[in-house]
Amino acid sequence: MANSYIEVKNINKKFGSFSAVNDVSFTIEKGKLIGLLGPSGGGKTTILRILAGLEYADSGDIYFDGQRVNEVLPQDRGIGFVFQNYALFRHMTVFQNIAFGLEVKKWPKQKVKDRVFELIELTGLSGLENRLPHQLSGGQRQRVAFARALAPQPSLLLLDEPFAAIDAKVRKELRSWLAETIAKIGITSIFVTHDQDEAVEVANEILIINQGKLEQMGSPIEIYKNPHTPFVASFIGQSTIIENFHELKGFDHEIGSTRAVVRPEFMDLGKPGEINFASAAQKAVVKNVFFRGSNWEIEVQVGNHIFYAFRSLEKEQLRVGDEVLLLIHRMYAFNDNQTVIIENRLKEDPMPVII
Amino acid sequence: MFFFGKRNVLPGFRRTFGFTVLYLSLIVLIPLSGVVWNTLGMSWLDFWETVTSDRVIASFKVSFLCALVAAFLNLVFGFIVAWALERYSFWGKRFFDNLIDLPFALPTAVAGIALTALYAPNGWIGRFFEPFDIQIAYTQIGITIALMFIGLPFVVRTVQPIIQELDKEVEEAAVILGASRLRTFFRVIFPQLIPALLTGFALAFARGVGEYGSVVFISGNMPFKTEIAPLLIMTKLEQYDYAGATAIALVMLIISFAILLLINIIQAKSNKTSL
Amino acid sequence: MAGIVTKKAGSGGDLRPPHISEPKIVKWILIAISIIFLCSIVLLPLIIVLFESLKNGIGLYLESIVEPDAMSALLLTITVAVITVPLNSFFGICAAWAITKFQFRGKNFLISLIDVPFAVSPVISGLIFILLLGTNSALGAWFESYNIQIIFALPGIVLATMFVTFPFIARELIPLMQAQGIQEEEAAASLGASGWKIFWRVTFPNIKWGLLYGMILCNARAIGEFGAVSVVSGHIRGETNTLPLHVEILYNEYQFTAAFAVSSLLVFIALLTIIVKSFIEWKTHQQQSQMQEVDHHG
Repeated sequence: MANSYIEVKNINKKFGSFSAVNDVSFTIEKGKLIGLLGPSGGGKTTILRILAGLEYADSGDIYFDGQRVNEVLPQDRGIGFVFQNYALFRHMTVFQNIAFGLEVKKWPKQKVKDRVFELIELTGLSGLENRLPHQLSGGQRQRVAFARALAPQPSLLLLDEPFAAIDAKVRKELRSWLAETIAKIGITSIFVTHDQDEAVEVANEILIINQGKLEQMGSPIEIYKNPHTPFVASFIGQSTIIENFHELKGFDHEIGSTRAVVRPEFMDLGKPGEINFASAAQKAVVKNVFFRGSNWEIEVQVGNHIFYAFRSLEKEQLRVGDEVLLLIHRMYAFNDNQTVIIENRLKEDPMPVII
Repeated sequence: MFFFGKRNVLPGFRRTFGFTVLYLSLIVLIPLSGVVWNTLGMSWLDFWETVTSDRVIASFKVSFLCALVAAFLNLVFGFIVAWALERYSFWGKRFFDNLIDLPFALPTAVAGIALTALYAPNGWIGRFFEPFDIQIAYTQIGITIALMFIGLPFVVRTVQPIIQELDKEVEEAAVILGASRLRTFFRVIFPQLIPALLTGFALAFARGVGEYGSVVFISGNMPFKTEIAPLLIMTKLEQYDYAGATAIALVMLIISFAILLLINIIQAKSNKTSL
Repeated sequence: MAGIVTKKAGSGGDLRPPHISEPKIVKWILIAISIIFLCSIVLLPLIIVLFESLKNGIGLYLESIVEPDAMSALLLTITVAVITVPLNSFFGICAAWAITKFQFRGKNFLISLIDVPFAVSPVISGLIFILLLGTNSALGAWFESYNIQIIFALPGIVLATMFVTFPFIARELIPLMQAQGIQEEEAAASLGASGWKIFWRVTFPNIKWGLLYGMILCNARAIGEFGAVSVVSGHIRGETNTLPLHVEILYNEYQFTAAFAVSSLLVFIALLTIIVKSFIEWKTHQQQSQMQEVDHHG
């Protein structure tokens, strides 16, 4: 790749006998905003810290812009880092926090001042420059941390769970602001998150990390539509795992395995008559009905399988115990650590029996 | 809406609060107020003459100077000890960590005679200074050493938890921004430790000013030279000069409470800036 | 995540990765300073006591300890501790209960008042009881008319010791009970438990180690108090001499071996105090990490 800016080759990291990073390789293009997504304790933060030089990989190589940086000290890597709890200097004002990196680099006073105010403006902190961190809200602290990391004009910005410590209300607003601002500056950025909504909304590309391994890399929509591993299929989106899909109507595919994942959006649920391919649908019983704000989430039982499906608020309300039809359009079936999309065969039947 | 958080379903407030105030009054407040009460019996002139007599002033000087120097040395060395114990691993670390508490647990009189034996001109340590004509025991240096023993745990045990709680990421942030270790220490770490250091210093100082047991053996008790204020109170009591003893005590009490107040202010301020 | 990383890194020789630690040479210099300082100020005094007491043979050592005046000093010291520690414990529990489980105005002021004895010189701690209860005072004269002697007798020594050790247990319990909050007690009360039952079944199990910790410190100070007791005791050999006072008398009479031998008893008590203290710290630390684990799984 000509455009590749960061190249990570086969890095490994163990803490004692615990393998935190296991043979991870990837490349990142210049100017992209990348999300490292995965469950807590899966090794995302360790990868980020290895990129920053705060941890050292046991083996493997890291290249920034073609230069091997394994032995380069954190301060010489040209990175900015936003910590999960911001790690602001609590006895310094907003101005002093942002200016710290510039003073270390012995910028002239006036230049420091100009740069700091430029960043204060960019981050919408005008008027707060003389406040101490404890006088700021969570969102404001995050902006200060962001400005402080950007001040010395790094070529790579690393953010560790940047929104984890902010309450839900402000979080959405802040993350779209951050995505816009990063796009505006055009700085290559990598952020760690365990929240898939966050990753999908903010990132250009997502790396899914689980148990120290890179499961899949791709744009959010690619990962969603074509999950490569069982883990990705079950981690992204809402899903139900089925141990034996042969028990379900229309799924007699022989692919060497019977495990599959079904998502709510792969299913239609309704009273007899509401479903088009009734012959391809299974009989189901409503076990629970949850109001989810913009729709109903219905828990239904088919044999000994439990499924979750969505239902429009416009349609007739279902009650617990109602008999309904569940039409499963497709599933992600797993075959030796690979996923295959399988479609409901009865739906494709050239001569459907219409009751 | 009717309860403003003041109501409480738990029983026993009246009884425990009542007993607390009663016991506090009997053991602490009433006896202490006796000092003020007895000084009020003195004329202002008598009081002033007592506390400004040459010998009393000299004893205050000795007490305060030695306590100040000891607290300062403890600030420096206590900080180094606390840092080494929290940040490094070395052989015997747990042993040394527990040793810090010894001055809290060891009777002061024992500490006094042990330090005297150690720092006397023929003692294990004193003999190394003897050839240079430096005498430690029976001088103000000896008093300072005894007060260092007494005050050490105050500094170490105040600073240690703060060093432990320092956010590792704050230091990493400074490193990534390019700061050297020295700069990180002085600009980022040290400012966070100042309130704890000041508190430890003040506690060690307050304890040092009033200390008696460990000092009387090593000081030599020469009036005007190595006589500390608490010893002078003792001497006056033995001469049945209760008024004189009380006057000196009142001055020391006022100073102690001023230090206590200062410590509270430092603590309140540092709590305010914590995130 | 970060927690795992720091813990794992801690198990190695270096407690911190190199980029946030000092250069090796600085590190070793600081360790050396610490060890030399602690040895010359704290460790050597401890050793010299044992050395001096055994210098002239174990026979003289034992003789100095079992000598009647020393034994009576030991008995008096134990008596003082046995009276002081339970009373201050009871006070500490009451004060902590009132302060941490209820809201009232002036709470911080009350806590500061409890701290007051920490700031008072031991000699002054003794002086105030002479002023209050000595023969020159009205109260002292009144007691004397009933032939009750307070100053220069056991009651005076106990009072002075109680004053000096007054804050220890309350000071240990207040922050502990503050951190624990009142939810568990409220839950017990809502289930109909009586006050005593709430205390013994809910509060006490949570504070027992903290209480023991405070009692150990209180005990050490009660045994070792010198200045305050010296003022009120009257130094009557075999009657109002506690162990530390006995050490002083022997030392001033140039009976150095005997002075150090009696001191060594006090050193053993001090070492025992530190061991128990260290054990309690280890125990509570363990409990805390267990609690955290439960929180994580829950």
